[in-house]
Amino acid sequence: MEATIASIVAAAAPLVFAAVGETITEKAGVVNLSLDGSIALSAMAAFAVAFLTGSVVLGFAVGALLSALVAVLVAFSGIRLRLNQVAVGFVLTLFLAALAQFLGNPFVRQPGPSVRPMAVPVLSDLPFVGKILFDQNVSVYASLVLIVVVAWVFRRTRIGLELASVGERPEAAHARGISVSRYRFGAAAVGGALVGIAGAAFSLDVKLGWSDTQVMGFGWIALAIVIFGGWRPIWVALGCYLFGALQVLALKLQPVFPGVAQILPSLPFPLMIFTLVVVNSDRLQRLGERFPFLGRLLVSDAPAALGTNFEI
Amino acid sequence: MRRALQVVPALWSVLAALVVSVILLALAGAPPFRALGLVLDGAVGDGGRMADTLMSWVPLTLAAAGLVVTFVAGLWNIGVEGQVIAGAIGATWAARTIPGEGFVVIPAALAAGVAAGALWALAAGVLKTRGGVNEIFGGLGLGFVAQSLATYLIIGPWKRAGIASTSGTEPFREEVWLPTVGGTRLSPVAVILALAAIAVVWALLRGTRFGLRLKAVGANPASARLLGVPTEATILRAFALGGGMAGLAGAVLATGIQHKLVPAIAGGRGFLAILVVLLAAYRIVWVAPIALFFAILSVGSAQLQLRLDLDSSIGGVLQGILVLFVILIGGWQALHRRDAEEP
Repeated sequence: MEATIASIVAAAAPLVFAAVGETITEKAGVVNLSLDGSIALSAMAAFAVAFLTGSVVLGFAVGALLSALVAVLVAFSGIRLRLNQVAVGFVLTLFLAALAQFLGNPFVRQPGPSVRPMAVPVLSDLPFVGKILFDQNVSVYASLVLIVVVAWVFRRTRIGLELASVGERPEAAHARGISVSRYRFGAAAVGGALVGIAGAAFSLDVKLGWSDTQVMGFGWIALAIVIFGGWRPIWVALGCYLFGALQVLALKLQPVFPGVAQILPSLPFPLMIFTLVVVNSDRLQRLGERFPFLGRLLVSDAPAALGTNFEI
Repeated sequence: MRRALQVVPALWSVLAALVVSVILLALAGAPPFRALGLVLDGAVGDGGRMADTLMSWVPLTLAAAGLVVTFVAGLWNIGVEGQVIAGAIGATWAARTIPGEGFVVIPAALAAGVAAGALWALAAGVLKTRGGVNEIFGGLGLGFVAQSLATYLIIGPWKRAGIASTSGTEPFREEVWLPTVGGTRLSPVAVILALAAIAVVWALLRGTRFGLRLKAVGANPASARLLGVPTEATILRAFALGGGMAGLAGAVLATGIQHKLVPAIAGGRGFLAILVVLLAAYRIVWVAPIALFFAILSVGSAQLQLRLDLDSSIGGVLQGILVLFVILIGGWQALHRRDAEEP
């Protein structure tokens, strides 16, 4: 049991990076649809760099940088060029996935360096949680810290509040002297870097090595989980772990019910759709108004200005 | 976006895309111009290859024609990939269950594909109009559901006798295959269907009340509603029509190309069709030539793998960079026009 949960936490780490990163970007009102391609490119580049230099850290850095640049390009095309962010993001998705496949060809299924496990002394001996939270590697620890930090930033800090205001009511934020563009570029860069780290974590930690089929679809799953989690970091992270649990379940069911096992990994999508329908239903909205606590728990809308281009 | 295909950005983009691909090919250690020559030769070098390219053009054009309808109505029908899969599933169901001669079963299979694709798209439409689910994410979700459904059917209820493998269902009876000509894989019926789809969408947008309503809803749904356009019905019809054409693409893939259901039956063609329509700037007359160009790139790239041991994804790279440059350069020029106009 502990070992299973520990493996879920470890396997979900890349998804946590990507989904929480995209949450940050979307909170500011920018929608970076390019995730599936960005993750592929960063996974390939991170592995290639680590393979050629022997440095895993450098691999992560290059992966983060590339996806941050992509996210900034999406933001730029929306903010400066006033193009449709969805269109640019979608084209980038296909383009970058093909590019990663093309450039990564020499590295396919090569054995290469990876993140080493590193148990935290003392804490890893704690009963139950020790194995799950403190007997992992740096990449997994970072994913756990990230969830807490991002949730805290959004809830407790000025930067978090201002960032959300830019995504909800850019005109109001602008009137209060907040630089809408700066926040949006910043959120795109930070969120994009996290997406890149997700890619690097795939090829240097979870899946070990590069092949174009192994990261396919994870970007779309991350985008779905952001909605499923209602743009709230902790809920988004829980969505990632739920997905990880479904994958483990699918693996265990494979020998018994091969058909069912094929379907389970796509479950986040019906779940996301179901969540959206329920959250948007009048009845739940009314319930939320009557019981504010329940409302805060269940109802969470998209940032009001998501994907729109703000012009001064 | 409508400006995207002005001639100048298009020319610059083709040039830029060419330069980038030459650099990429050089990086990969391949002689760039020989590689481009191989692509052309692989796509149109002889009759058989031309037939293959045309058969790759048909589903792409069908899906793209349907997408023009939804895009004109302002809908981002990313679920098109799932609608292609749904169409293939519907056609496979008909091909497997309906007994009789080909001239009965083939039309039935194509119709079943249209129905399944339309249904799948309508689901995204109802989720949008009634459930408040953005069509991008609803469609994407339904796409993954369609993909899982196909895989499930292939290794579950429709598995080949004795073995459950993801290599596909049992091939259909030969009477159910789309008839071909000249010893190639070219099916005239499929080509006629694609041309008909273009003509239908062209006529629809050009001279019908429904076409006008689509444009009104696409331009501004709120004012369209105020002016008495039945917004929801228009959106749902656009989805049904677009999805039906995508479903037909899936049916052609199943009955005319694969002759069975395989998990990767759509193989990204729906997504590629979105690129075609973006490059065409939503104009139906441009869909056929651009889809042909894309089909040439896709089919021809396979030669690079065989002859130069290059990854065939170079075709996708070229398509992607071309569309990206057209959109970005178009936006850049619009920006400079605006800057010039503002004193």
